[in-house]
Amino acid sequence: MNRIALIARAAAGALISLPAAAAEADLTALREEIAQLRQAYESRIAALETRLAAPAAKPGDAAGAAPQAAVAATRKPASEAAFNPAISLVLAGTYARLSQDPEKYAIAGFLPSGGEIGPPRRSFGLGESELGIAANIDPTLRGRLTFALAPEGGATVEEAFIQTLGLGHGATLKAGRFLSGIGYLNGQHAHAWDFADAPLAYQAMLGGRLKNDGVQLKWLAPTDLLVELGAEAASGGAFPSTDRNRNGATLGALFAHVGGDVGLSHSWRTGLSLLGTAPRDRQYEDADSAGVPVTNAFSGRSRTWIADFVWKWAPAGNASVRNLIVQGEYFQRRETGSLAFDVTGANRADAYAARQSGFYAQTVYQFMPHWRVGYRYDRLDAGTVSFGSTLNPADFPLLAAYKPQRNTVMADYSPSEYSRWRLQLARDQSRPQATDNQFWLQYVVSLGAHGAHAF
Amino acid sequence: MKILLLLLASLLALPAQAALKIFATVPEWGALAKEIGGDRAEVFVATSGLQDPHHIQARPALIARARAAGLLVATGAELEIGWLPLVQRESGNALIQAGQPGYFEAARHVALRELPTRLDRADGDVHAGGNPHIQTDPRNFLLVGAALAARMAELSPADAATYRANWQAFAARWRAAIARWESQAAPLRGLPIAVQHKAFPYLEDWLGLKTVTVLEPKPGVEPSVAHLGKLLAQAADNPPRLVLRAAYQSPQAAEWFARAARVPVVVVPFTVGGSERARDLFGLFDDTVGRLLAALQ
Repeated sequence: MNRIALIARAAAGALISLPAAAAEADLTALREEIAQLRQAYESRIAALETRLAAPAAKPGDAAGAAPQAAVAATRKPASEAAFNPAISLVLAGTYARLSQDPEKYAIAGFLPSGGEIGPPRRSFGLGESELGIAANIDPTLRGRLTFALAPEGGATVEEAFIQTLGLGHGATLKAGRFLSGIGYLNGQHAHAWDFADAPLAYQAMLGGRLKNDGVQLKWLAPTDLLVELGAEAASGGAFPSTDRNRNGATLGALFAHVGGDVGLSHSWRTGLSLLGTAPRDRQYEDADSAGVPVTNAFSGRSRTWIADFVWKWAPAGNASVRNLIVQGEYFQRRETGSLAFDVTGANRADAYAARQSGFYAQTVYQFMPHWRVGYRYDRLDAGTVSFGSTLNPADFPLLAAYKPQRNTVMADYSPSEYSRWRLQLARDQSRPQATDNQFWLQYVVSLGAHGAHAF
Repeated sequence: MKILLLLLASLLALPAQAALKIFATVPEWGALAKEIGGDRAEVFVATSGLQDPHHIQARPALIARARAAGLLVATGAELEIGWLPLVQRESGNALIQAGQPGYFEAARHVALRELPTRLDRADGDVHAGGNPHIQTDPRNFLLVGAALAARMAELSPADAATYRANWQAFAARWRAAIARWESQAAPLRGLPIAVQHKAFPYLEDWLGLKTVTVLEPKPGVEPSVAHLGKLLAQAADNPPRLVLRAAYQSPQAAEWFARAARVPVVVVPFTVGGSERARDLFGLFDDTVGRLLAALQ
């Protein structure tokens, strides 16, 4: 009985020990794997600990903070909308009271720029609404599109460009349609202006502002003082250029800006820009010496120099309570070529040369949080205009020598960063016959993502 | 000619590797970077202690400095959203763009308070990422500093040992200082206070202060006298013992309320450079704790 039991036990033992040997091998493998895992984790933990560099005093804080931060970062649900670009919307409206008819507005002494110039329509009017969409495209590029929605309907592409993000060595490349970097005010959106309208010099010389379809290269010098150099090449199209239907660039611009701080309270920027273009058949409407409406056209070269300056003051650099801005820009334009009189009729063309200039100077003072007042002086000089012998100067009444000027005062109230109410009074002497007394009430608000404003 | 040679010689005498150039958006991170970097970091601070950190302009000088920076140290949590993205883009500097190792956000290393449950501009200047004023709790500097030291070491490996040693020395002194401030500030625990702007949740958490009144009706919106009067009536049951405001904020509202409630106004430096005594990080908290305690007497 005992023997049988022994044999049975031995057999059972052998039966058990066979798989046991196999299991033993598995276990060793498992143990090794676990040991490896543990080692990997320990080295990762050690790495994390060295990163945190022994915050031994408050280990609880460190341990608690990191996972909490991680949780906050991962809480957003995954969705296709997560990568939607930022959308911003600017709404504006005016109430205007004008003593002269805005339909007949012209800046005397200057070839009409055909842009959005002059005061708005009388009574209540919708300003231009602006819809902006922007986002980073990938680690190297950013894109932006701005629609200008006109009150009468229709959307125009104000800006649509791509821009490099840190090309390195201080260089930035922009391509598409963009606001030119010339001057100071040109690159700012209308809603960021300190007055309701553009200075006369911008209206007469650039048709409001210069927008380019082309490329822009900017370079920052490696200095503590801001030294920025830029060059643009564009196809042309709007004033002062025209569409030339050719392969090369029709418009070129160069600009240099220098700027910096003086102490804590002052900062400044100044610059010089040159804009050159060669318009062909740039047409405009006028009336001849007998008062008959005619269409004339200029072809030739147009070169504009702009000197700009801005200085900002805020006590100890804290602009949220009080601050002062003083800025001014001086334009000088030389146009030489030929002027064709009455292109649909007589079509008589002869030499034309003009050297004209203009400037504005303005100051805006914030005397308490949310409240600002400002004054602007505009002056243009029709300068010297010479006509070829076959042209009769009396046939070009718009080009008769004149020095338009305008005085503007404004007061604005901004309840928050996103809304502004403005009252503006102007005495506009752009036309020799009539002084236009203008009264504006305006609101400008911004909705949605709001990008940073330039200096 | 001699001058030219001298110039050339001085150029050649420059150390093989220049110190890491750091662009700090606000003084507190500039001061922290100086503690860690020592003479192996060249720190530029974009703003001063008396400027409202919410309203900074992308000044030309900032763009020029950002162009040369190897590391940009920002608070993050949308504090600098009104100017920093523009400075980064205009700088043409690939190193400091978001997502690069040369871009460091302090707020990422701290658990943020006051995460809004609702995002609507009708609620005022709401920071979508939570309250960014993390520098009012000294314990946060241990978290941010450890991460910053590691980042600086990564960007300038030759100086890694220096940064680590400086950081460890600073952290030890800082821990001792925290213990000192905490024991000094023990009488402040549970103290009911009024604040002008919701700028101090981290300070309140650290010292155990209790905000019973916020003067601004909404973040970033100046209170009217009528609103202050209403707050005064509400505060009758649980009156605050002092009114707290940061040095950069306009004084009128806090002073009006304090006069009416017959309590002192405590102007804390808020960051390095916010007061005469707040010349460095230690001075910042010496002064903050000192001014709070002085108001109790």
